[in-house]
Amino acid sequence: MAFSAQTEKYSGKMGTLTFGSGDQALTVGGQASMPFAAFDGDLPNKAVIAMEVYDVVNPEWPAAVVEPFKDVINDPVAWAKKNVEEYGAKAICLQLASTDPNGEDKDAAYAADLVSKMLAAISVPLIVWGSGAVEKDAEVLAKVCEVNEGKNLLIGPAVEENYKKIAAAALGYGHAVVSQSPIDVNMAKQMNILINNLGLPMDKIIMEPSTAALGYGVEYSYSVMERISLAALAQNDEKMQCPMINDLGKECWKAREVMLSDKEEPGFGPDQEKRGVLWEAMTAVDMLLAGSNLLIMRSPKAVKLVEECINELSA
Amino acid sequence: MGLTGIQIFKLLPKTNCKECGSPTCLAFAMALAGGKAELDKCPYVSDEAKATLSEASAPPIRGVQIGDKKVGEELVFYRHEKTFINPTAIACLVTDEMDDAEVDAKINNLNTVTFERVGLTLSADLLAIRNSSGDAGKFEALVNKALGATEKGLILMSDNLDALEAGAKAANGKGALLYAATADNCEKVAEIAKANGASVVAKGASVEEVSNFTGKIVAAGVKDVVLDTGATDLKSMFYNENQVRRAALKAKNRDLGFPTIEVICDMTDDPYKEAMLANVAIAKYAGIIVMSDIDKERMLPLLVQRLNIYTDPQRPMVMDEGIYEINKPGPDSPVIITTNFALTYFIVAAEIEASRVPTWLLIMDVEGMSVLTAWSAGKFVADAMAPFVVKSGMKEKINHNKIIIPGYVAQISGEFQEELGTDWEVIIGTREASDLPAFLKGL
Ligand code: SF4
Repeated sequence: MAFSAQTEKYSGKMGTLTFGSGDQALTVGGQASMPFAAFDGDLPNKAVIAMEVYDVVNPEWPAAVVEPFKDVINDPVAWAKKNVEEYGAKAICLQLASTDPNGEDKDAAYAADLVSKMLAAISVPLIVWGSGAVEKDAEVLAKVCEVNEGKNLLIGPAVEENYKKIAAAALGYGHAVVSQSPIDVNMAKQMNILINNLGLPMDKIIMEPSTAALGYGVEYSYSVMERISLAALAQNDEKMQCPMINDLGKECWKAREVMLSDKEEPGFGPDQEKRGVLWEAMTAVDMLLAGSNLLIMRSPKAVKLVEECINELSA
Repeated sequence: MGLTGIQIFKLLPKTNCKECGSPTCLAFAMALAGGKAELDKCPYVSDEAKATLSEASAPPIRGVQIGDKKVGEELVFYRHEKTFINPTAIACLVTDEMDDAEVDAKINNLNTVTFERVGLTLSADLLAIRNSSGDAGKFEALVNKALGATEKGLILMSDNLDALEAGAKAANGKGALLYAATADNCEKVAEIAKANGASVVAKGASVEEVSNFTGKIVAAGVKDVVLDTGATDLKSMFYNENQVRRAALKAKNRDLGFPTIEVICDMTDDPYKEAMLANVAIAKYAGIIVMSDIDKERMLPLLVQRLNIYTDPQRPMVMDEGIYEINKPGPDSPVIITTNFALTYFIVAAEIEASRVPTWLLIMDVEGMSVLTAWSAGKFVADAMAPFVVKSGMKEKINHNKIIIPGYVAQISGEFQEELGTDWEVIIGTREASDLPAFLKGL
């Protein structure tokens, strides 16, 4: 039987999200086909990798991922600059780990001020990520929005328990929001609807469908994201047409396959850095293959590998 | 797919001779349609009927066995649609221009790099042997050496038909895969394969080129075909793999209804990039990938990737309710309670395991919800948890009374303590599983 190339045409397409301001702004999403399938439909915006910066680093981090930042690890602004200038970061994600009430419990004013300083120091768009403490995040992120009005930050994660305050602050002060839901297609849609109902337009929302690392449930994230992509494209479900983001660096670098040295687990192999870099890079590529538009990553080597994949697949 | 019982019945002799073991031809036809009988049982069925029937019942992508590893038989594009069936086979390349030490090291890695995970042993699968020298004698010698050095299935790679034949003869009966037949020599390669019980890779510069001659290989009597559609980089591999699967599943193109092979070690010299190519190949449809080495640091993530992508997504994401023993706990070991969401269990269990602290993990059935979801749904709350703990039989296994709850539900500790009474002391654990090792060690 003669071969003829088959193409898929979809009735819907993913919306876009723009974050950052002025000529530094970046746009993600807008795809009319499944990931990298340019032979099926338009893929107007390449996926973007935002490099992480922590305002406090967990002492358990493996040496392999401290090494690239060891001169700046106690100075988040310098770390962000290094990511941009030396590692070519296209965006930065500030992880406000120090605001965790179970940790240093730093206050909202501190966080807002740190964000302002970082914005002044870097030339790429900024994502601001809370510690995951639901109530504190709402307070901290609202303040970040207020103090940095009009900068079109991407802030999150907004979850069912705190989205109202976060979305209201984003709407009031001109920012975009990460809508996070627990690995479930319907809950992802529900979160979009809830946030959208508060008045934040769909193009100011990006979905974080809960990211699991390789070996820790990556297949659930993968399938939920494929299903979200198909709902947006094939079923033209408007409430699913927000692009997707994956906060994956922190998930990967705590996997035991990455944390344990060769002495602790000889079967894993002596080159702990190689294991860690590949753990993060492979998780990232899985997310891209499932439909991610924006990745939050830690290791410069992993970022470079994944960027090469994005560029080659988009060429 | 497949024919109905009536359609099959029309192709049978209709003599009701009973030799097939069924009372009538119609009953036999029904059994065939239901997959409960084999066509071979009827001695009188015509060749023409046989061809029609086997054509109609063949899977859209043929299963091909290489040594003890099967590839192909995939039925879907997305794993959530059903499941991916036969995990991508990972092969390691050796050549007859490598020195003995290098060959030995690579075969040793292939044989010994394994990982235990969720009760499974993960390992690479095949040895690919390439005739880089062009010398048939050298190639044959290496094939013979490999046969003595590994139990893994073999891929024999040569452009030189004499070498390929010598290798195939040496590996006769081992179910080797011959690489490769091209448009020009496919009949001859098929002959060699047929004589030596081997399968054949059909290799061309494009999907279209390959589709033009797989039929000739099948007609020559070799049904086990694998496709190399000439990809040379990530982009062409992604495109070709998508097109082959679409051709097989959507266009029902029999000429492309075979598993694929990607020789990714020829696409890059960089071991990291090779790993990324392998990662994409596993997710996007490759049947076999050939890699330059089976080193632990790349195999660990790749084999876990393969396990994850090929996990059956229909399997409910829940664990059975009950007591799980981690690191061989005893009467004085701590007790942690959490929910039966498989991911929660897996992440918590991995952290406890990593801590090496012997621990009892008490898993409560909350219909597979995570801790916070179950709490907000009113399922992982004090008045439901207390009776479960009491009934669990946990108390009988320990000589203390402490029970650790997830930090995310710290707010229930008072009420939980009240419900449990003085038999137990409720302790608030960590929010994140990743903080558990430090917490357990500090108890
Ligand atoms: S053996 Fe064949 S011909 Fe005889 S009853 Fe069975 S199906 Fe009919």
